[in-house]
Amino acid sequence: MAVITYREALNQALREEMSRDETVFILGEDVGLFQGSYRVTANLLQEFGEKRVKDTPIAEGAIVGVSIGAALTGLRPVAELMTINFSLLAMDEIVNHAAKISYMFGGQVSVPLVIRTPEGGGFQLGAQHSQTLDVWYASVPGLVVVAPATPADAKGMLKTSIRDDNPVMFIESEGLYNTKGDVPDGEHLVPIGKADVKRPGKDVTIVSYSKMLLLALDAAEALAGEGIEAEVIDLRSLRPLDTGTIFDSVKKTTRAVIVEEGWRSYGVGAEISALIMENAFDYLDAPVQRVGGVEVPMPYSKVLETAAMPNKQQVVDAVKGTIG
Amino acid sequence: MEKPGEQAISRNELEGFDKTLLLRFYHDMLLIRRFEEKVAEMYTRANIGGFVHLNIGEEAAVVGSVTALEPEDYLFSSYRDHGIAVERGAGAGAVMAELYGKVEGTSKGRGGSMHLFDLQHRFLGGYAIVGGFIPIAVGAGLSIQYRGGKEIVMAIFGDGATNIGTFHEALNIAQLWSLPVVFIIVNNQYGMGTQVSRASAVTELWRKGCAYGMPGERVDGMDVVAVRRAVDKAVSTVREERKPVLIEEVAYRYRGHSMSDPARYRSEEEVQSWKQRDPIDNLARRLVDSGLASQGGLEQMEQGVEQEVQSAVEFAEKGSFPEPSTLRDHIYAGEEDR
Repeated sequence: MAVITYREALNQALREEMSRDETVFILGEDVGLFQGSYRVTANLLQEFGEKRVKDTPIAEGAIVGVSIGAALTGLRPVAELMTINFSLLAMDEIVNHAAKISYMFGGQVSVPLVIRTPEGGGFQLGAQHSQTLDVWYASVPGLVVVAPATPADAKGMLKTSIRDDNPVMFIESEGLYNTKGDVPDGEHLVPIGKADVKRPGKDVTIVSYSKMLLLALDAAEALAGEGIEAEVIDLRSLRPLDTGTIFDSVKKTTRAVIVEEGWRSYGVGAEISALIMENAFDYLDAPVQRVGGVEVPMPYSKVLETAAMPNKQQVVDAVKGTIG
Repeated sequence: MEKPGEQAISRNELEGFDKTLLLRFYHDMLLIRRFEEKVAEMYTRANIGGFVHLNIGEEAAVVGSVTALEPEDYLFSSYRDHGIAVERGAGAGAVMAELYGKVEGTSKGRGGSMHLFDLQHRFLGGYAIVGGFIPIAVGAGLSIQYRGGKEIVMAIFGDGATNIGTFHEALNIAQLWSLPVVFIIVNNQYGMGTQVSRASAVTELWRKGCAYGMPGERVDGMDVVAVRRAVDKAVSTVREERKPVLIEEVAYRYRGHSMSDPARYRSEEEVQSWKQRDPIDNLARRLVDSGLASQGGLEQMEQGVEQEVQSAVEFAEKGSFPEPSTLRDHIYAGEEDR
C-alpha cells in the first residue's frame, strides 16, 4: 500500500496489465513520445516500445475503429481519447459499432476494448472542452461504462476493464488526476458493477460518482457538524448500475440526494430517482433531490464557470431539503 | 458520367486463368445473380423484411475480388453483402436463413441482410454505416502486424464511402503504419440516388489513395477476369510488401439502392447500356468462343445453380425463428447479461 495520485494509479494499472498480457497495447493521440496529454501513459513508451504504445494521428473515429478491429482479432487495445468532448467524433464507432458487434453477429465475437477518456469542467477550458457526457454512453446496451473516483478504484477498475471481454468506456476526470489516496501494490482488482459505500450514515443517502464524490464527502463532513449523518454511495460503475446498494441504503435512511457534474435533464439523477420511485417509494420520507451542473454551455470566465458547476452548499441544501 | 469501360483496364484475354477457375467464376457469378433475384422475390412476398441491398450487376466485382483471398485472410464488407458472404463460403442457405430472420442464419437472425457474418471463413461482417467499418478493417491489419502474421485484410465498400471522413482516416493510418489491407471500392456509380459525379470532386475514385501515397488502379468491374487480375496483383503487393493498396472496380447496380428504391434518378437507356456488358453474359460468351465450355455445359451449370438457390430457400423456410426468451442474449460477451 502506498499513497499515490489517481494519475499514477492508472499508470500502474496500465504497466501491470501490459506486463501480464502481451495482447494489451495502448494507442491514442500523444500517448507515447509526449507521455500522454495528462501524463497517464508516462514512461510506458520507454518501457514497452512503439509496438505497444502507439501514437496516432488526430483522428478519433479511426482510433476507436482501429481498436475495434484489433479487439475483434485477438488483441486487447486500450485507446485513449484526449477528452470525452472529442469522443463525439468517434461516437459512430463506439455506439454503432463497438456496442453492437457482439449482438448483431449473434454472439460469435466480442470486442474486448477499453476507451479511456477524461470528462468534466473547472479548468476554464470553455464550452468545447468541459462537458460531462458519461450518460450518453451509459444509456447504450452493449457498452460498459465506469467512472471511478479514488486512486485505488481507478487502478482496480482499469485492470478489471482491461480483462473484460466487452467494450468499456473508462471515464476519468481532469479534476481527479492529482488527487491522492492509498492504493494497494500489485494485483488489485475492483469488480465492475459494484457500488461502494464511501461513508456510512443513517439520516440521508447521497449518491454520487467520479469527481462529484469528493463534493458529496465534503458536504457529508459539513452536515456531520450539524448532526446529520449522511451515507455516501460511490456508484463507480454507471452501466451496469448497482441498484441493490442504492435501494438498501435508501430503505435505511428514507432520504436520497443524487449529485452529478453533468446536466440534470435525462441524467444519472433522473435515472436513479426514477429507479428509487419504482423500487423503494414506500420507504421514502421526502422527495428525492438532484444536484447537477447548470444547463448552459460551459463559459470561460472563472466567475461564470464556478457558477455553472455544482458546489458543496448546493449538496448541503439539497440534503436539508429532504429533511426540512 | 462514366462510359462503360472508359479508362478501364479491360483485357479480354483469358490467359493465365485455368478452365476450372473460369468455370468457377461463371458458376459463382450466376449463383449470386440467381440468389439475389430470389431474395428480391421473397422480399416482395414479405418473407424477408427490412432493407435489402442487392449485388446484381456487381457479380464480377464480388467474385473477382473475394476469390483472390486465401482462407486465413480477413474480409470486411459494407451492407451490400449477400454475394460477398456467399462467395466467401458462408453458404447460400445460411445467408437466406439470416434474411428470413431464422436462428440458422449467419448471425442467428439478429443481424439481417446488412449484418451477415462468418467467423469460420473470416468474413468479419457486413456493416450498415457508410464508411464506418473501414477503420475496423485497418485494425484487423494492425493485429496481423502485431502478431507478425502473414495474412492480409480485404475491405469492400461502395463509391459513397470514399466521401466520408473515416475512409480518409483509415487510409492515412493504413499507409502510415504499413498495414496489409486491400481496399476495394465497388464503384456502382450511385450513392443511393446521387451519381458519383454529383457527390465526389474526384470521379476516378482510386486516385483518392494518392493523397496518402497509396498505390492503386481502376479496373473494369464488369469483367471478372480483369477484376481478378488486378486484385491478384494488389493482393500480392500487400502480402509481400506489407502495405496497403486501393482498387476501384467500376460496375453498375442494375436495381435500385435497396428494394424500396424505384431508381427514378436515372434513365432506362443508361441501365440498358450497362446491361449490354453484363458480367455473366460477357464471361459466357468468352468461355464458349474460346472453346472452354459449351452452351449446353453452361446451361447444365445454370440448372445446378437454380437447384442451389432452391435448396437455400428450403433451408431458410425450414429454419426456426428465435425464441423471444433469447431477446437479450449476446448483448455482452459470453453468457453475461448486465
